[in-house]
Amino acid sequence: MNADVTEEGFRAELRAWLEENCPQDMRDGNTSEDAICWGGVQWTFSSPAQKLWLERAAAKGYTVPRWPIEYGGAGLSRAQEKIFHEEMARIKARNPLQSFGIWMLGPALLHFGSHEQKLQYLPPIARGEVRWCQGYSEPGAGSDLASVQTKGEDKGDHWLVNGQKIWTSYADKADWIFALIRTDREAPKHKGISFLLIDMNDPGVETRPIRMISGISPFCETFFTDVKVPKGQIVGEENRGWDVAKYLLTHEREMISGGGQGSAGGRPLGAVLADTMDGLRDATLRADAMRCEIDSLAIGLTLERYKDQAEDGQGAGDASAMLKYMGTELNKQRHELMMAAGGSDALEWDGPLGNRAGDWLRTKANSIEGGTSEVMLSIVSRRVLGLPG
Amino acid sequence: MAKLVMSEEETMLADSARGFLDGAAPISKFREMRDAGETHDAALWQDMVAQGWAGVLVPEEAGGSDMGFAAANVLAHEMGKTLAVSPFLSSAVIAATALRQVSDARALAALEKIATGQATYALAVDEGIKFDPDSTAMEAAPDGNGFRLNGRKQFVVDGAMADRVLVLARTENGLTLFDIPGDRAGVSRDASNMIDARDAARITFENVEATGEDVLGQVDNAMAVLKPALEAGQAALAAEMSGLAAGAFGMTVGYLKERKQFGVEIGRFQALQHRAAHLWCEIEVTASAILNAGRMLDSDPENAELAVSLAKARATSTAQLAVIEGVQMHGGIGMTDAYDMGFYMKRARVGAEWLGDYSYHAEKVAALRGF
Repeated sequence: MNADVTEEGFRAELRAWLEENCPQDMRDGNTSEDAICWGGVQWTFSSPAQKLWLERAAAKGYTVPRWPIEYGGAGLSRAQEKIFHEEMARIKARNPLQSFGIWMLGPALLHFGSHEQKLQYLPPIARGEVRWCQGYSEPGAGSDLASVQTKGEDKGDHWLVNGQKIWTSYADKADWIFALIRTDREAPKHKGISFLLIDMNDPGVETRPIRMISGISPFCETFFTDVKVPKGQIVGEENRGWDVAKYLLTHEREMISGGGQGSAGGRPLGAVLADTMDGLRDATLRADAMRCEIDSLAIGLTLERYKDQAEDGQGAGDASAMLKYMGTELNKQRHELMMAAGGSDALEWDGPLGNRAGDWLRTKANSIEGGTSEVMLSIVSRRVLGLPG
Repeated sequence: MAKLVMSEEETMLADSARGFLDGAAPISKFREMRDAGETHDAALWQDMVAQGWAGVLVPEEAGGSDMGFAAANVLAHEMGKTLAVSPFLSSAVIAATALRQVSDARALAALEKIATGQATYALAVDEGIKFDPDSTAMEAAPDGNGFRLNGRKQFVVDGAMADRVLVLARTENGLTLFDIPGDRAGVSRDASNMIDARDAARITFENVEATGEDVLGQVDNAMAVLKPALEAGQAALAAEMSGLAAGAFGMTVGYLKERKQFGVEIGRFQALQHRAAHLWCEIEVTASAILNAGRMLDSDPENAELAVSLAKARATSTAQLAVIEGVQMHGGIGMTDAYDMGFYMKRARVGAEWLGDYSYHAEKVAALRGF
């Protein structure tokens, strides 16, 4: 039998399941920040339908369709995953769950974690019970990430962690944090870092939101004062955390570039602008939007191409810097055009166009977080092109 | 749909094409041709025929290898890198695809002639400065059992040398595509002196006789035959331009690594590193659009329009960026005729116009995306 038959069988089965299980209220294609569940102990469901959708999807493993079944996923192949996204987009289903656990920690654990760690940490992520945040950047370590100073002293059965992280997205809403901690102060900077998992409820962990230009506070400062982290809560080997961090960064970059959200569901920019302006007669804006749409489609295809390559065992590696750079610069441009189309309506906080201004301002961080555009270009220049430096 | 990854066969085809072209058609060969005042290289085309390239889209029953559009794109991409001159796009891609839409004995015989290198073709569509087939004014008036063709075409690529010309003309209730020999009475061909040094012509048709036999496909319904041919040509041209961009880029990065100023390689300067890196990103994104166009043409040709226009638009902007940046990063030497970068720049400009420019294809994308 060939694969097509199995795939079409899967499609029919999935379609029927979606028809039966996806609540009508969850079929509006809404991708805004609060429309999709982020999970975790503090999460308040915006509607009973959102809760129901999460529970039903999680029971089938559809919150993390590609993860193995034993870790809470549906064990789908890449081809089935494509069908999954197509069928979800067809009925405009909202994503049942999104989180850094899914996008970032999950892939790293699947690659570097022990079987026990996977069993312990992955299923709660898949069910939306535990929300994770990322502790990478520090006040003195932004683009130069490997110079982290938050230290973990070896105390036999645990590390004693002290220091400060910054730009920890949603740390105030998270249950756990995965963090880069310096466990060897003598070693060269890339060689003395460990990747630790820390419970945000532990004594000595404090977090404080930072108010951003968008008016909201997705980012926090997180402080560690004599926090005891058991030795079992390390991913990968001691002092080899940079390998895990780099692996995870490639996933983070693909996610920020648009891969996490799935490009299939996105509405064409021209349609969005035309809705706002009751037609698209502004010639300059229309020309800019056409170019943006062309680039957006091509970048979407590039994400698909890299996913197909990954399935063939060819990771994106340093080229993920390209995806991150191109995807985020495009997203900024897209929101500039949305603002231009909105005119003065877009200048009001929570005005006639909702939070368009806030969304626009938020995108300005896209080309900074997870490695700036300039760092991405330097990675491409040195590691892909082999230019000296 | 097939994966957006080069298959093993495609990788092998690309490797063997590269090997052949590096030996038979390096840029120095193009320079020799241009210096000799020639606009084509008949011997090189016969070598390509011997490689089986002329029959890449010809069915096996007509002596072709029928490898498909993605494979044709692979070949065009490699030819773009070394600026190889050939009637590959006009004959092996556009004409062969048009002829394939007509499954009669005459079309099969014509396809066999393409595959065996016995006939080359040119496509005559443009009448003004821009590609706009729908506005074709050239007339094919009824005359007895046949037609009389009167009008002018310009930018007929490969038009001065081609054995046959596919010409688009207006008939009573629509457009009709004619397939006529280039030396038929009333056809006068003026070779254009093109910036890319390749064959193109302005062609005048004066009371040219055509019969029903000369019609490719059906009268008044040219697009049934021409639309797939144009899409195949646009995709292959996009592939050629992506190869051109890769060729110009490779030359530029090589130069950044060896050229010294202020005592160091200029590739150490971040200002240039970032420009080069950005260009690589654009090339990489365009490669996805090219691959996708080939996949769509092979698997779902009825719905390939968006993929093809996306590929041609992206390839146009990327190739233009590659040659502009290429000259700038080379500095003065990039402006000299003795250096090859200028060849890439001139071919990119011609490719940008042929079969629809950026605006033409952007409008197609916009229409298909509900703008």
